[in-house]
Amino acid sequence: MNRFFLERYGLTQTDLERYLAAALEEGGDYADLYFEHTTVSSLLLDESLVKTATEGISMGCGVRVLAGEQTGYAYTDDLTPEKIIKVASIAARIARGPARVSRLGLAEASPTNNLYPVALPATDCDLAEKLALIRRADQAARAYDARIHQVRVTYGDQIRHVLIAGSDGRVAGDFQPLVRIGVFAIAQENGKFQAGSSGGGGRVGLEFFESETTPEHFAREAARQAILQLEAREAPAGDMEVVLGPGWPGILLHEAIGHGLEADFNRKGISAFSGRLGQRVASEICTVVDDGTLPGRRGSLNMDDEGEPTKRNVLIEQGVLKHYLQDRLSATILKSAPSGNGRRESYEHIPLPRMTNTCMLAGHEDPQEIIRSVKRGLYAVSFGGGQVDITNGKFVFSASEAYLIEDGKVTAPVKGATLIGDGPTVLTRVTAVGNDLKLDPGIGTCGKNGQSVPVGVGIPTIKISRLTVGGTSLKQLQAFQ
Amino acid sequence: MSENHLEKIAAGLVERAIAAGGSAADVIMYEADEFSTTVRLGKVENLKEAASRALGLRLFLGARSATAFSSDFSDSSLERLVKRTLEMARATSEDPASGLPEPKLLGAYAGDLELYSGDIGELSPETRIEMARRAEAAALAADPRIKNSEGAWFEASQGCKAYANSLGFSGSYQTSYCAISVAPVAQDGGMQRDYWYSVARRASALESPEAVGQKAAERALRKLGARKISTCRVPVIFDPETARSLLSHIFEAVRGDAIYRSASFLAGKLGEKVANSNLTVLDDGLRPGGFGSRPFDDEGIPSGITPVIEAGVLRNYLLNSYTARKLNLSTTGNASRGVAGPPGVGPKNFYLVAGPQTPAKILQSVKSGFYVTDLIGFGVNIVNGDYSRGASGLWIENGELTYPVEEVTIAGNLAGMLNQIQMVGSDLEFRGALAAPTLLVEGLTVAGA
Repeated sequence: MNRFFLERYGLTQTDLERYLAAALEEGGDYADLYFEHTTVSSLLLDESLVKTATEGISMGCGVRVLAGEQTGYAYTDDLTPEKIIKVASIAARIARGPARVSRLGLAEASPTNNLYPVALPATDCDLAEKLALIRRADQAARAYDARIHQVRVTYGDQIRHVLIAGSDGRVAGDFQPLVRIGVFAIAQENGKFQAGSSGGGGRVGLEFFESETTPEHFAREAARQAILQLEAREAPAGDMEVVLGPGWPGILLHEAIGHGLEADFNRKGISAFSGRLGQRVASEICTVVDDGTLPGRRGSLNMDDEGEPTKRNVLIEQGVLKHYLQDRLSATILKSAPSGNGRRESYEHIPLPRMTNTCMLAGHEDPQEIIRSVKRGLYAVSFGGGQVDITNGKFVFSASEAYLIEDGKVTAPVKGATLIGDGPTVLTRVTAVGNDLKLDPGIGTCGKNGQSVPVGVGIPTIKISRLTVGGTSLKQLQAFQ
Repeated sequence: MSENHLEKIAAGLVERAIAAGGSAADVIMYEADEFSTTVRLGKVENLKEAASRALGLRLFLGARSATAFSSDFSDSSLERLVKRTLEMARATSEDPASGLPEPKLLGAYAGDLELYSGDIGELSPETRIEMARRAEAAALAADPRIKNSEGAWFEASQGCKAYANSLGFSGSYQTSYCAISVAPVAQDGGMQRDYWYSVARRASALESPEAVGQKAAERALRKLGARKISTCRVPVIFDPETARSLLSHIFEAVRGDAIYRSASFLAGKLGEKVANSNLTVLDDGLRPGGFGSRPFDDEGIPSGITPVIEAGVLRNYLLNSYTARKLNLSTTGNASRGVAGPPGVGPKNFYLVAGPQTPAKILQSVKSGFYVTDLIGFGVNIVNGDYSRGASGLWIENGELTYPVEEVTIAGNLAGMLNQIQMVGSDLEFRGALAAPTLLVEGLTVAGA
């Protein structure tokens, strides 16, 4: 795995040891080097024209020095030895005093699982093959309904080679493919316009798009949503019973629970979940995991961006808070085991505790029964983005496809609306968990402190006894009460 | 590296692209030094420093085009880049609207826009750390209920941008930027976090760290004891920070790419009344020291001032040369381009012109209502204007701020909201490329318990 940087840049073990020694010349507890070489390519099809093809390479090395709770960081996009030594010396300035690292014998970590055994990475495939995919999506979206007025298809892939060398002697490398297609459709009727979107991908090759998750599938899904919105009525406003469909609505977990459990916020005591390990934060039918080891998933990694193998971490077990998501620094300070969640956007960034694929495990209930049990409520099946205030725990996520439930039946589609709740209490109101766990289609990106990383979510159908729905209709609310 | 040197590399790459067979080409380049530090509870937590550079090439083969980017400026790497871009361009579609701007439109504003100041570079790392430390100390000292903090930050960057195209234009300019920010946590039963910041293109224009810390503390403290309110329809006041987010939605709705795709609720409304007559929105590329100021856009079009909404009437969309051709209009010099991909549309200094009322006067006019200080989430649909976001702030009773409110949403439709802006504040202040004063909006639904 490490041959990439050896072959391309002549990077040897002796070099790594020399750079680490430079990083620790002022002292410090630990240093690491993060070498990255990423090739990306993207395509845009708009108005049935391939308007853009883009390709590029970004590469560089980030040097980190840890001294107590302090981090020194510097990076360069020039991989010559002089430049790397120079940035290592800059990162070293954080530390004062003798180095607390005794030996620098590097040893390559034994290979972990290969979660993404892609025969031919998408980045290496012919442009013609990728163009065919986006053209198929365009045609399928337009063929779906005569009211489809505009279609835009985006395609992107990347290959990321990384090599991490730490002053604890660990050297670990990985090769991380990623691919994604997105379809955006606009429907028009009587001068009114409505939008729909869909997409999917993962750490897979182009064969991912051959069956089921075809370009046509995503295209029809985007078109269906746009057409559906043409007849959507005002969303209700206020507290009500909410049923979330399986899959993408798992963004609830990401916002309500996941961010608040990232260990950096907790060691600093600024998360609404700080000091709550061992406490009940969900009803006992809820078990939530963050699993970086699901094969081929967008949020999966063989190792995190500190060289630690990823794991399946149980965050909430039968309602009780079990674990935080750790990076190296937080795990050291909290004297906790590393969890394989130290991630960074690129060599330009300091690692932080981040999620991978965050899922609620399946329960026993029949999803149809769950819907039938609701007299008046909202059934939300597709979401756009979400956000959370870590400190007070208030989170939002925005439904892009939702329906009213009336007398146990799914009835009229309603316009998009934001749902708002309180992270530490929302899962205590989960009164039913379906047997239909589904993962998202593979398009999620999470932002934190200005760093974006690919993530996944998953959830079965669940019922929440009370959640605030941010619609506009007061009338419907009155009818509900 | 000097500005001139960057400009030469850019122009050299354009020549190389034409020599390889491109019918037209342009190149954008950036080079930047970055510094940031985090101080938390008085101690340095992070110290980060780096220099980086990158370039992006766009190459045309008649009406076809492709783009590529790299941070490797070596001869062999640029050779490969041109070859690869040419290959990709052959595979794209003929797009009649594609191409460089009309040659006669190219140029640069000649005056000094005060985008760069050497005084930032003169601040030692110790001084920078000390400024963050002082901001946090001021927040922590403001009240005994502030015992914790997410940290305080000092950030600085200095950079250079160059652009060249095969019509003979080449230009470059330097920019600088610095910021102090702090995020204290107030505690009294529950916890509340808020932040405040100061940003400027020269160090001497930054507010004092103490003022930033004090303001951040006040913002966090006033949230303590927040509660939910019942669902209602009341007048809503957006403070300048949240008003700026409304302005960002107006920007999204007037960008040329959203207009030609019918992906905006303002598409087809040029010349029509789209907002209350107290509303005027300008896009100004020439404000001295402005974060959206620049001598020319990322296609070599000189900056100017574009009226977007005048007394409620939609006067102009914001366009680059591509979207201008799609709409049979002229570019407004709003091309904005990172190294990856073709130019998009970006704001210059995009702002809502200040109105006559002081914020205090606006507040006094509201019998009962909601004063919004924070908005979260992405529940804004530019295609149809539907708006629904998570909100927190303060309840207004008889013209005064009373208790804090959280865990509610505000919802409406942007088209309606623009017409229901009843008052525009006099408190316009630039803290970024977008700016807006306090606004009073009617007709929004507040959803809560």
